Amino acid sequence: MFKYLQRRFIQAIPTFFGVTILSYLVILSAPGDPVAMITFSPRSDKATIDLMRRQLGLDQPPLLQYVYWLVGNDWTMIDTDGDGVGETPGQRRGLLRGDLGNSIKQKRPVMDLIAQRIPATLRLGVAALMIGFMMGVVLGVLAAVFHRTWVDQAIRIISVIGNAVPQFWLGLLLIIIFGVQLDILPISGMQNITRRGGFDLGDALRHMVLPVFVLSLNWIAFLSRFTRTQMLEVLQQDYVRTAYAKGLQTKVVWLRHALKNGLLPVATFLGPAIGTVLAGAVIIEQVFQWPGMGKLIIDAVFSRDYPLVMGSVVIASIMFIAGVLLSDVMYVILDPRIRLE
Amino acid sequence: MRQSRSFWRDALAFILRDRLTIFAISVLAVATIVCMGSPLVIENALNLDVNETSVPNRFMQPGQDGYPLGTDQLGRDQFLRLIYGGRVSLTIAYLASVLTVFIGITLGMLAGYYGRGVDDLISWGVNTLSAIPPLFLLLIASAVWEPSTEVLIIVLAALGWVGTSRLVRGEVLSLKERDYVLAARALGASDFRIVVSHILPNVFSIVMVTMTIIAGNLILIESGLSYLGVGIQPPTPTWGNMLTDSRSYFVTGVHLVFTPGILIMITVLCFYLVGDGLRDALDPRRYQK
Repeated sequence: MFKYLQRRFIQAIPTFFGVTILSYLVILSAPGDPVAMITFSPRSDKATIDLMRRQLGLDQPPLLQYVYWLVGNDWTMIDTDGDGVGETPGQRRGLLRGDLGNSIKQKRPVMDLIAQRIPATLRLGVAALMIGFMMGVVLGVLAAVFHRTWVDQAIRIISVIGNAVPQFWLGLLLIIIFGVQLDILPISGMQNITRRGGFDLGDALRHMVLPVFVLSLNWIAFLSRFTRTQMLEVLQQDYVRTAYAKGLQTKVVWLRHALKNGLLPVATFLGPAIGTVLAGAVIIEQVFQWPGMGKLIIDAVFSRDYPLVMGSVVIASIMFIAGVLLSDVMYVILDPRIRLE
Repeated sequence: MRQSRSFWRDALAFILRDRLTIFAISVLAVATIVCMGSPLVIENALNLDVNETSVPNRFMQPGQDGYPLGTDQLGRDQFLRLIYGGRVSLTIAYLASVLTVFIGITLGMLAGYYGRGVDDLISWGVNTLSAIPPLFLLLIASAVWEPSTEVLIIVLAALGWVGTSRLVRGEVLSLKERDYVLAARALGASDFRIVVSHILPNVFSIVMVTMTIIAGNLILIESGLSYLGVGIQPPTPTWGNMLTDSRSYFVTGVHLVFTPGILIMITVLCFYLVGDGLRDALDPRRYQK
């Protein structure tokens, strides 16, 4: 069992480096220069631009830039005056030591900017995930219980439509209906900005209703199908037939034998699901002007703020890798068949 | 006694009896023909220009003044724009799904068949690509390259092959141990021949289902990217970028929000339904029931 987990942890390491290399390559191949984005004024002279490039380390060969980004450059001297001799000690500590560099546009550590946005995204994502899991599992079990009846059909239709409807469009529709026409729910942001005073739970919840509903719909759609399939699979197993054969009531068979085994894969799916929370709301955050990670990365992409873009990608990927590992651990805990191996 | 038919003919017969799938296929066919064909008629026979703006005719309601679906904030004909937008969305869905699946099959078969180093390398790529949130990568890639339709198709395929490859790899792993592969090898068939004529036909049916689902997903992804403003750039209309500015006309032009979304939803729904139908038709276990 520990061997299995150990192997999974070791496998995550090359994946992590793959993520850093790939995101670095994409940024590297980008036309346009971040410095040019800040100094587009024709009056800025070449000396200033060169100085800026050297300070950001953009004059270095790509491989060295990558190394600096990964492990920092405080072990070497940086040449800031352009005479080919390094004289200023490097300041960066690198990704592996928790330093993602500074945002070019906002001139603040990327780590701080991301840390600032994470709670907003988590609030949205975790609420949607919880509702999605509860509703999805309940609907999935119901669909399996009432297999091939109208209940099953109705749940299938909900799930198919929930998958096919474009999230941003549903968000727009809900804004039109509940925000503009009926005017009963706020349509953007996390709280009423004109209100004075501290945190108001009712206000915060009202802002969450629409985005959380849209986000959870995808989970409901996916999980109700997934749960249904798992349950139907389990119901065909021999031990379920045995349970029926020894005269157990349907209710007991369902609760004690089918549900436990059928929901096992669903439970382990929670790990990767948590991993996608940080990145899962990009479009919805844009629709509802929600100040989370998604809006951060969209703004960063548009202003070509590469350190911020790469930082967001890496953090979101680390979350995902951690989520997958979490689900491996949960599998081992929940499924004795693996534990005994 | 049951008449003996080939696997594919039997699947075809099954689909022909499946009314929902036939309906979805017909809707897609009609949409494709209209979107691909009518721009020719519109430009040459009716002499209309989809990008023609007209200030006095802004925010016309549907049906008003001969505009069947009204006009947008620049006075452009919404109906024409929907047709042109559909042409872009459907082209991307068809071509990118084929390309995605092609890359996925090729890499998946290489990984599954050769194993060892090849498998390690490809699996590393798969794990890496699937660890990065897909929308983040697409967002960066399309912001960085400001894609034309062709570039967007390549980008979508280059980032989307992972699932297919994983699926194919798993299938090949089990298929290559089968007796008929062993027999082919004993007869001296080359690797290429074994892969192409013995393994490929057996993964093809599963891949066809995936391809249909991918096509539906691609329409959603493309519309999302366009909505965010990083997909196909205006004035070329797509169903997604027609909604980009919709916030600013929630009051004056609500009709502009409805139509693109409904078309996206119907198209995606039809691709999913066809995928479901194909899955049932191509499922070998169907015979046992």
